Amino acid sequence: MNKVADNRGWLLVLPVFLLVALSALIPLMTVVNYSVQDIFGPGSAYFVGTDWFTEVLHSERLQDSLIRQFLFSGAVLAIEIPLGIGIALMMPTGGKRASLVLILLAIPLLIPWNVVGTIWQIFARGDIGLFGSALTGLGIDYNYTRNTGDAWFTVLLMDVWHWTPLVALLCYSGLRAIPEAFYQAAEIDRASKWAIFRYIQLPKLQSVLVIAVLLRFMDSFMIYTEPFVLTGGGPGSSTTFLSQTLTTMAIGQFDIGRAAAFSLVYFLIVLAVSWVFFTAITHMDKQK
Amino acid sequence: METRHFFEWMNWTTPTAIFFLVIVAILAVMTVYELVSPCVERKGFLPISTTRGDRLFVGLLTSAYIHLAWLAVTEASLYIALAISVIWLAILLRWG
Repeated sequence: MNKVADNRGWLLVLPVFLLVALSALIPLMTVVNYSVQDIFGPGSAYFVGTDWFTEVLHSERLQDSLIRQFLFSGAVLAIEIPLGIGIALMMPTGGKRASLVLILLAIPLLIPWNVVGTIWQIFARGDIGLFGSALTGLGIDYNYTRNTGDAWFTVLLMDVWHWTPLVALLCYSGLRAIPEAFYQAAEIDRASKWAIFRYIQLPKLQSVLVIAVLLRFMDSFMIYTEPFVLTGGGPGSSTTFLSQTLTTMAIGQFDIGRAAAFSLVYFLIVLAVSWVFFTAITHMDKQK
Repeated sequence: METRHFFEWMNWTTPTAIFFLVIVAILAVMTVYELVSPCVERKGFLPISTTRGDRLFVGLLTSAYIHLAWLAVTEASLYIALAISVIWLAILLRWG
């Protein structure tokens, strides 16, 4: 068979290329330019070399918020992924009940971030909130605006409530894609429920889970609105995550140079993690 | 005049301009190299099989980390980190 090489198709990609250049490359280049200068305003910037980077890398405030960020993302993954798999396994496999459960699960995903923050801010209040006053009524000393542990608990609970359904829905679709023949073979072999999960369901869920982990890691790593609305980053700075630290620096303090250096470090972390996941996904496809 | 405004907004400096020109030059050279002799995916000392472009990307990303680590731990000249990165990139492209 003769294939005609026609490269004119690439021209059709050109608009996308231009769009990406304008929306991503030029702003990124500008951030790189800002990161080596002290900027006081339009037209008055001074070259400072790599001073901002040195300062950012040695800043305790940023190191602390980076550690908090990794702890938060790690906790989010450790809770949401197993919980999501568990929910997906318990969901009905078909019929009206399945549709109902799917709709119920999807509701938290449809609520905008700032609304989620507001809902939980009221829900967890000790005086008028259902959750907060219930805990207080049980004699538990709970106050997310004063106690660091309570603040973390509430922020995590909020994220679990908001995003576990996504993991569950992804796993559910992965589970439905497993052919019935596998289960029949397992039945013939008298495989236990655990063996079915371990050797059939979990391996078949692998690619869906990588996507779920990637999505949840990236989203939680860049979380801003929800904790900002719920706790405002407090008490103190105990729930101030990376993007909030960055925003305070760039917009609150108008420290553009330092914020630019910081966002480049942030960008490099995100880039490295995404690359690892991307490689994992593409190599898994190749092995199949 | 318009273009000058545009560049003013981006606050270009000579070092950053050189940085991006070098990146563009590397990409251009790699493109030409690929056209002249298309690369074959292979397995080197990296745990995964990679193409030339993959190795370049990994090399550039790790070089960025080398520079950051250098700034974090020592006050010695950054040109040493640059030299290390160039050597590392060469090793990675050849044997990675």
